[in-house]
Amino acid sequence: MTTHAPRFWRCIPQRYNLKGTHCTSCDEYFFPPRNICPNCRRGAELEEYAFKGTGTIVTYTTIYSATEDFERMTPYNLAIIKLDEGPRVTGQIIHSSEGVKIGMRVRPVFRILGKEGERGIIYYGTKFAPLPKLTLQECKEEKSANGNG
Amino acid sequence: MASGIVSYGVYIPRYRIRVDEIARVWGDGDEISESLRVFEKSVPDLDEDAVTIAVEAARNALQRCGANPDRIGAIYVGSESHPYAVKPTGTIVGEAICTSSDFTAADFEFACKAGTAAVQACLGLVSSKLIDLGLAIGADVSQGAPGDMLEYTAAAGGAAYLIGREDLAAEIEAFYSFTTDTPDFWRREGMPYPEHGGRFTGEPAYFKHVVSAAKGLMKKIGTTPDDYDYAVFHQPNGKFPVRVAKMLGFSTKQIEAGLVVPMIGNTYSASCLIGLAATLDVAKPGDRIFVTSFGSGAGSDAFSITVKEKIDEIRCAAPSVRDYIGDAEYLDYAMYAKHKGKLKV
Amino acid sequence: MRSVSIIGIACTKFGERWDVSLRDMIAEAGVMAIEDAKITGDQIEALFVGNMSGGRFVEQEHIGALIADCAGLSRLHIPSTRVEAACASGGLALRQGVLAVASGYHDIVIAAGVEKMTDVSSGTAADALASAADREWECFFGATFPALYAMMAKLHMRRFGTTHDQMAQVAVKNHHHASFNPVAQYHMEVTIEDVDKSPMVADPLHVLDCSPISDGAAAVVLVPTETAKRFADTPIRIVASAQASDTLALHDRRDLTTLDATVHAARQAFAQAKIEPRQVDVAEVHDCFTIAEILAIEDLGFVEKGQGGPATEEGMTALGSLLPINTSGGLKACGHPVGATGIKQAYEIALQLRGEAGRRQVDEAEIGLTHNVGGSGGTALVHILSR
Repeated sequence: MTTHAPRFWRCIPQRYNLKGTHCTSCDEYFFPPRNICPNCRRGAELEEYAFKGTGTIVTYTTIYSATEDFERMTPYNLAIIKLDEGPRVTGQIIHSSEGVKIGMRVRPVFRILGKEGERGIIYYGTKFAPLPKLTLQECKEEKSANGNG
Repeated sequence: MASGIVSYGVYIPRYRIRVDEIARVWGDGDEISESLRVFEKSVPDLDEDAVTIAVEAARNALQRCGANPDRIGAIYVGSESHPYAVKPTGTIVGEAICTSSDFTAADFEFACKAGTAAVQACLGLVSSKLIDLGLAIGADVSQGAPGDMLEYTAAAGGAAYLIGREDLAAEIEAFYSFTTDTPDFWRREGMPYPEHGGRFTGEPAYFKHVVSAAKGLMKKIGTTPDDYDYAVFHQPNGKFPVRVAKMLGFSTKQIEAGLVVPMIGNTYSASCLIGLAATLDVAKPGDRIFVTSFGSGAGSDAFSITVKEKIDEIRCAAPSVRDYIGDAEYLDYAMYAKHKGKLKV
Repeated sequence: MRSVSIIGIACTKFGERWDVSLRDMIAEAGVMAIEDAKITGDQIEALFVGNMSGGRFVEQEHIGALIADCAGLSRLHIPSTRVEAACASGGLALRQGVLAVASGYHDIVIAAGVEKMTDVSSGTAADALASAADREWECFFGATFPALYAMMAKLHMRRFGTTHDQMAQVAVKNHHHASFNPVAQYHMEVTIEDVDKSPMVADPLHVLDCSPISDGAAAVVLVPTETAKRFADTPIRIVASAQASDTLALHDRRDLTTLDATVHAARQAFAQAKIEPRQVDVAEVHDCFTIAEILAIEDLGFVEKGQGGPATEEGMTALGSLLPINTSGGLKACGHPVGATGIKQAYEIALQLRGEAGRRQVDEAEIGLTHNVGGSGGTALVHILSR
């Protein structure tokens, strides 16, 4: 059977953990990683950077008719998300009671992206979920304020 | 030197199906949920499996204590629904939580006690100072055949425990296991659904092993049920843990905090570990917890645990079991069957 | 650089052509083109053909050699080149043909386009089309081609108040135009209600907001303007040919409601032709989805940014109005055999400028424009033609 294992494997750090690049010369962040900074080109100093994965939804759609690989999942939400550090990414928004809205804050979650049929490898990677209403730091502060610390 | 739980993390998918809805489809009447003492169970999303659940639980464990994943020297994931028969879940977890490459990994299977077996293996490597931190995970998207009794309780969830020697949130003072060759519940290679021995899964299996392991541990370290503030037993349904607690001399109050099966079903390899996490979510420093898991085939692992001061510092930094229980969306049987892959195309 | 003119044009019927193959269609278009140009095969010096995905649709690459062979020209051993820029492959072939003649390298060249999309299932066709997007960072995450334009539409609606009814009006207008076009895939009219009731593909785009899967081929014959009168009574001069690129993935664009590639190519084209947008009499723009036409008329400079919806609603772009857009029916109603579209656009404009467009003729059309886009805007080609 045909497999795309090497092509997928090469991008695992990007798909699992949003590892991109940061150009220290112009301070721009890139995802996916770039070999050449479009601002500085050969004058760039590029370093590896792991994005936090939190961001804001810029636009989205609900897909009802998909390619063969994704047909079983419809309807599903796809969005363009602006990561907090700057670059935008395309990603699925998982179903939640919050739905999906332009301007919504999201965080990364680990999900199955796809499979090479029944016998091939499983592609894992990052999708996005709404950020909880109360962040955990706020929860800590609230609990210690209430004397539950 | 003391070793035990440095941190813990759980993950429970947000979809649920009510036991009454399953009973409606199979015509099993309205009393099933009461007789099992299970009212609803968790259902994985279309893009979730034991691996994604293990990763989310592990990420929560690391987030809770802020430990550097480079320190992890072993990853053992116990499940009866590893998506690959050959290719370990542990390596995917390692990559997803950004460990270095300096660790060992292997997947565990022992029905519902694969997770606690993984904890024991980590304790061994950690106490002997062969590794710094170990990650033990129990995660499952367990299957019950349509129309079978197991369908009412087979659920999805995961729990991850970081085992170490320093900064302990809870010390594991001792453990004891009782294991025999008992075919009460099994699944042959390549078969989609497990088989079980009906009532044979009760006294000669669950109760014999849980009681033997529990009594064996208490005898080994000289404790009695009164020495413990909490107890967590494996939860295939809401009745067995209540009955075994009584048989051993533990009160219903002691097991209350850790009894999650009525709301989420039996998460198999994660069952005891999620119950323990629910207990750690509320226990105070100095509290003692008695845990006994059960895995068909069969065996039980019993642990005696003392909660430390550190728990108060780290508890809030990741979602609690109640947080996950509270985030629920209900499915009807048709959507449930689609999610569980029961509809063959 | 010499000026270039079109002396012959051809377009096959677009649609689900079960009875013909890719090879049949390109031969058909080629023969019609040289007959229209009144030349013979042995006068052709070079071939340029736009084809997006022979490999995925009919498992055939090396299309350049194939085309020369099918056209019966293999014994002449002329250079034959296949170019690919996703849905802009046809426009790119036209530009390559223009450059070959303008540079003085060749004196008679054919620029053609062909796509055979119906030999595979619609699921496979959708996946092949998705390779116009960013496979690793858009498709891998579940993006479909309509989904990308749907996201542009949602943001356009949010920012500028564009409504779905305005988008649907593009489909209504283009189907009406196509009813006068013998080679169009569809001849039926649609109403806004029909569009709204058609199944949802990717919110807010319904099936009738989307151009179809089609088979078809088109070809034009190019010569230096100085010799054009020898061949044709009404040669059509190409007064501008411009091309621009942009990021492959939609999420990397500067502004998600503007196709910068179109803006840049259009600016260059108008500068080359030394005219303003308002001087254009008729245009074929890239309406792969209804929202794409709205974006196109804004980015080409025909209306202000954000005004594409209201302008369409008011009828500004309908036949008989201020600036008829897509008199062929556009991609939406004439059909979109991917590689052929850019050449079909030139065919339609040439027909208009020659005064041969029959019931869809724009009165006294002197200047026409074609606009062809690849993917979600990674490539854009703009040509300006004049009588």
